[in-house]
This record gives sequence, structure tokens and C-alpha cells, in this order.
Amino acid sequence: MTERGPFLFLVALLATVGAVTAVFRNQEYGLPFLPGAQTTVWQVDAKIEFRATGGPTQVILTLPPDQQGYRVVNEIPVGAGYGFSFEESGGQRRAHWSKRNASGDQTLYYKLELVADDSAKGPDSGTWSRTLNRWDEPYQTAAQELIDSVVPLSADGLTLAQQLIQVMSTVPVNSNVSLLLDRFALPTLFANLLASADIPARSVQVLLLEDGRRRQSLIERVQVWQDGEWHLFDPGSGPVADTSDLLLWQTENPVVLEVIGGTQSRVTYSIISQTRSAFSLTRAAEPGEAPALSLYSLPIEEQSTFKLIMLLPVGALVVVFMRIMVGVETSGTFMPVLIALAFLQTELVPGVLSFLLVVAIGLLIRSYLSRLNLLLVARIATLVTVVIGIISVFSILSYRFGFAGGLTITFFPMIILAWTIERMSILWEEEGPREVLVQGSGSLIVATLAFLLMDLPTVRHLAFNFPELHLCLLALILLLGRYTGYRLSELRRFATMGRV
Amino acid sequence: MMWANPFRLRRRGVLGMNRRNIDYIGRYNDRRYYPLVDNKLETKLVVRNAGVTVPELLGVVRTQHEIEFIDVVLEPFRQFVIKPAQGSGGRGILVITGREDDGFRKSNGDVWSLRRVKRHLSNILSGLHSLGGRTDVAIIEDLVISDDTFGDLSHEGVPDIRLIVFRGYPVMGMLRLATKASDGKANLHQGAVGVGLDISTGRNVSAVQFDRPITHHPDTGARLDQIAVPHWRELLTLASLCYDVTHLGYLGADLVLDRRRGPLLLELNARPGLTIQIANHEGLVPRLSRIELLEEHSRDPGVRVEFAMQHFVHHPYRGQQSLWESDTPAQGSTG
Repeated sequence: MTERGPFLFLVALLATVGAVTAVFRNQEYGLPFLPGAQTTVWQVDAKIEFRATGGPTQVILTLPPDQQGYRVVNEIPVGAGYGFSFEESGGQRRAHWSKRNASGDQTLYYKLELVADDSAKGPDSGTWSRTLNRWDEPYQTAAQELIDSVVPLSADGLTLAQQLIQVMSTVPVNSNVSLLLDRFALPTLFANLLASADIPARSVQVLLLEDGRRRQSLIERVQVWQDGEWHLFDPGSGPVADTSDLLLWQTENPVVLEVIGGTQSRVTYSIISQTRSAFSLTRAAEPGEAPALSLYSLPIEEQSTFKLIMLLPVGALVVVFMRIMVGVETSGTFMPVLIALAFLQTELVPGVLSFLLVVAIGLLIRSYLSRLNLLLVARIATLVTVVIGIISVFSILSYRFGFAGGLTITFFPMIILAWTIERMSILWEEEGPREVLVQGSGSLIVATLAFLLMDLPTVRHLAFNFPELHLCLLALILLLGRYTGYRLSELRRFATMGRV
Repeated sequence: MMWANPFRLRRRGVLGMNRRNIDYIGRYNDRRYYPLVDNKLETKLVVRNAGVTVPELLGVVRTQHEIEFIDVVLEPFRQFVIKPAQGSGGRGILVITGREDDGFRKSNGDVWSLRRVKRHLSNILSGLHSLGGRTDVAIIEDLVISDDTFGDLSHEGVPDIRLIVFRGYPVMGMLRLATKASDGKANLHQGAVGVGLDISTGRNVSAVQFDRPITHHPDTGARLDQIAVPHWRELLTLASLCYDVTHLGYLGADLVLDRRRGPLLLELNARPGLTIQIANHEGLVPRLSRIELLEEHSRDPGVRVEFAMQHFVHHPYRGQQSLWESDTPAQGSTG
């Protein structure tokens, strides 16, 4: 039993150290206390599908270059069983998967997170290769005539390109144009014509960023270099003025996807947009700036794990508060925190619903198991298996009926669910359904409160970016641990004693 | 009134859960002594050596294998109780009051086959009824036959007496009566009736069920205001003796009165509940503080019991004042 003095000193010390460190870091490193403005993050998934022929397999995907307007904040290649490396070829980054032996249908993903950023810049110099120097006859003559007809009408590369597009899209179609279009696709022709006229131009492929689009393909466009930057043209209609929703994917390499050792390969793109704290993205992108001994120095994946881990003490505080100050009974002391953690992934309402559903079905099955006369360990193991079964069926059904929320149920920790069912079931047998209701709803209430607190952007921000504030949290928990006053529930319990 | 005023509760000296845990259990109960009271078999063996009377031990089942031969073990007995050594809150206790052709008659009249009893034993061993689901052993002991005084006070089950023993002094007592709601168990959580007992006399103070005052037993209709527990001083002494055996400063002792053998200790509890205050309509804190103020503690349970019987007298309206106003014996004691 520690004396009051040293105990309070310890609490004050912890709280002060935590608070002072936080303020210091705020002042010194400019870490804001509030999450600040929210930014839209584009998540692009490139999905590569092919049929492997059953031997060494290599997949090379061209990756978006540095460019104006967008900044890559995170990229994750996914390919189970594949070796992976980034490589540079012809001025563009490429993702390279390889596997000694692959057969059957293969699926690889390249996940990319981008934010719109006006300060982002592309390469300073324009590089382009002349795709074609000489044309075969009769195309050489046709092309030359076409160029000669527009050069007098233009002042520079841009206007020449504009004139060319105009000529090519005029109806009735110019005979030279129709001859050339028989031989070349429009974007290629356009780029080649510009090249023949000594205008720096290249054909590129872009991705249209639009929220919620699936199975998209790249679109072919042409860029013309002038005044130190690239200008984008749609060969069918003219210059593209607004490039803000276009992501430049392929510029240098003519091929976006190369598959060696596979057939029927294709790449499709799905795009979603999310809202996130702008601050968290700056940090993720510039880990070098942060102090060495900090969570930012961890790889992005570990960081996101820690974002959850650092929230646990907040949930624990809620449990402590609800137990000591309010007196809510829960089934399993810290089970509510784990449930709350699962809610963070599933969102509240689907989370609560699926939790109730699984526990209810589990209780039904458990009541049958109790008739089988099993030993405890075997019974729990059975229950774990059954819970996984329930979750699988639930996920498949909800997916079939297009209810995506059902899939998130897998975020619940199975063992915890199984134990919850077991405890509830014993409680039911021994203390009756009333106690099950009391403890079950107690757990859910505490879990919900913990979730609501842990879900606040400010709380998330502080917990991750100011880990030292956990010392203050610790001080608070210590203080609560020495609270000898009545619990709220005891004021009810001793109601008759309150009377004289 | 639905809610109590916390300041009034405090004035009345009502002990809350947090304060109990920190100021009494945390301060006076050394954790290393817990295993002794958390295991009924060990409690039984240890207190028996110290001269505390307990229900006779008929057998112990330690392994699943032994369950196969349980019918041989049970052969000589018609009435017995099977309980988990580490069960809590009266869980897993099977009371057999007689034998039928096809099995064992339970206290509530149901008949259980041998197979069912074996299954129950198996559940006990695998820890179904035990704290934290630990593997356990099953104790078979003699059935306690309730003392005639208690007559129809209890619905099935034997009434038991809970005494809070603080540093060896019995400070508060309560008679617990099983009801239909509590399924024959003397567990207040499950709806057993608690009747507060005056430490100085062993007479009833007031009665509660589900934390609310009552005057009659909900099932038997028996009056709850005419109770005087016999062998009172003996009961207090027995409980007081447990302190010397267990070294636990804040202890709950559960005792019963057997028709043939008198006061017996059933089990001990290192975290006794707080409802006893409602049953006594009095807070524990003043009595506990009174003991803490003592400069000398007697090693003799008899002396401690005498002190308690002199000082912890229930006065409906004077309440706790008597503790502080004088040290003179307030009321005589009955044996």
C-alpha cells in the first residue's frame, strides 16, 4: 500500500511529463494538436489477371510517373507467392513480380493511394522518342501534305496540334486523313504527325479518377511539349483544359503490362475516394522529417497497426471508468475493448448487428452442445469452429445479396466471440437469461462508448501523433484506480439506505 | 426514492465496492492467502485441523477416470452434496436428499440418473462452475440437515449464516434463505432472502430480497421478524477462529446450523459482498473503523467475540452513534 503523497506525486509526474512533452513537440516540430483539414485520398487498385502457362512467370506493370497535380502517398503491391521489386526502365518506374512456377488463373494487385497536390511537379525536362522517322509510301506523301497544309496556319507546337486535330476531325474527311486513318489508330497517327513536324510530342495513357468506378481501362492521349511543360491533347477533340481528374499512368514505355509465361493477360483499374486527415498523409509521405525515435519511423503498414494499438488505452480507460465510476457489469473485463476495436473496422451499426447475430446463433448451437457432454476445452474448440462457420455463411450470404457490410464481420476476433458465447451460455444456465441480458448489454454499451470515443478523429490523431499523452491517460487510470467513492449503480443499489 | 444521496450514504457509513476493494480487501487480505479460501477442499482441511467444525467429507473426485467408479464411492450414502472445490456463488452444487430406484433425488424433487450425476461431476472437473474455468476437483460431503429453529424459513436448501469477520472480529451478520427465485441457493444475487442479524443477540434486524426490504418469505410466507439464531456465540466464535487460520483480515464466513452437529463452517470468502449492509440497514464503515481504532488485538477468538457482541448492537434509530458515544456494553448477549 503506497502512501497518498508519493502516489499523487507519481500521478502528477506522469501527467506533467506527458503534457509537457506534447506541448514541446507541438511547439518544436509543429505537430498540430488537431487533425485539421480533411483531404480526399484516391485509392486506385490496378488488378492484373492472366492465365499462367505453368512455368517461370514474370509480370511487369508500368507505374505512374511523378506528375503535376498528384502525389503518391502509399503504394502496396499484392501478389501471394510472388517475388516483387520496383525497377526503372526508360524513365518510368515499373512493378516487377516474378515466380518460378505458376499455373492457372493468377490475380495480382497494385494498390496506389494519391492525393491532389498543387505543389507536386513532374520531371523538369521533356523527354520523348521519335516513334517514327520515316513513313512508308504512300503515307509519307499524305502525311507531308497534311503537315504542310497546317504549318502555315500555326504559330507554334500547340497551335499546330490544334490545327491538326481540326483538320482531322473535319467532315467531310480529308482524303489524306482517311488514307492515314486506315493504317494508323488516331492517337498514334496524331503523335506521329507531330513528330514529323518536329514538334516534341508523345502518346500517353491516362486514368480517369472517378469515385466508385470499377474495371476501368486507361485512355490514350497525346502530350505536346511547350514552354517547359507538357500539354495534354485528346486527338479526337482538342486540347484538354482540365486535367485535374486525370492521372497520367504511362508516358515513356509503350507497354503498360507485360506478362511473360502467361496468356490472356489484362489489367483493369478500380478507383475509390476517401476522406482522411491531411496531416496524417503529410506524415506518411515524409517520414524523414520526423524525429528519429517516433512512430513515423516505422514502415507505413506498421504505422497503421499502431494507429489501432495506440487507441487501446483509450478503450481501456472507458472500461475502467464504466466499471469503477458507473459500475456497469460486462462479460469479460476487457472484452468490450476488443469488440470496440472490431467496430472500428465494421462501423457501428453493422458491427452491433453482426455481433448480436453471431452470438445469438452461437448460443443456440451452444445449447445443443451442452447436451453432448463435452469437456470444456473441447467445447470451446467446437464453438470456435462453429463461430467461423457462422461467419463464413454470413459473409457469403450477405455478399450474394449485395450487402457489403456483412463481409466486415471477419474483423471480430473469433476466439473472443467463442468465449463470449461460452460465458453467456454458462451465465444463462446458472443465473438465468436476465443476467445474460444485463452483462451482454453492459458489454455492448461499454463497447459502443469505447468505439464512439476511439472513432473521434481528434482522439485518433492525438493517440497516434502524441503517444506521450498516454502518460496522462495512465495518470488518469491510476487516479481512477484509487477512487473509493460510490459507483453510480450503488446509488441505486443502496437506495433504501439513503432514506433515514 | 430511486437513487440514494451519496453524501447521506457516506454519513451512514455504507461501504461501496471501490472502497471495499481498496481500503479493506486490498489492505488486509494478502493475495497469497487467497488460494486457501478459493478452494473449498483446502479450506475444509485446514480449518478442520484448527478445530473448526465442518460438514463431514465423504469423498473427493480428482480425475475424470475416477468418475467411472463413483457409484461404488456413493454406495454407502443416501444423502450427500457434490460441489466444485473452486466454485463461486453456489454454482455447481448438487444436493442429493435421497435415492430412488432409478437414481438420485435432488433437493427440488427431480430425480437424476447415475449418468446425469456423472456428467455433472465431469463438468465440475473440467471447470464449468469454477472461477476462470480452471480445472477443478469435486468434493462429496455429508448433507447438512437444517436446525429445527429455521422450520419453514427457507424454500428448499439450508439457511446459511454469512458473517463478515474483520481482523478476527465478527462485525456484521446475515441469515440467507433460499427462495424459488434463487433455485434453492443461498445466493443473494440470484434472489435469496437476506435477513440482517444483530451481532449482539443473533436476532433479526430487517430483511431484503433483490436489495429491497421485505417482511415475509416470498415462497413460504414465514415471518422474517421473529428470528433468533441459536448457538449464536458459538457461530461467532467459529467465524472468528477462521481469521487465525486464514490470515485474511477482511473475510466472509458462511456457516450453517446442523441439527445433529451444531454450527458448521461451509466456506470462506475473501471478497464478501455488500448486500449485508442493506439487510442490516446499517453501513459497515463505522464498525470497521471501530476495529481499526483498537490499539490491541486479542489473539483469543472468545475475547474478540465478546468485544463484538458488546459493541455491535443494532439500534434502529440511534444507528451508529452508539459506537462512538460509549464503550459500555449496550445490551446483554444470548447463547
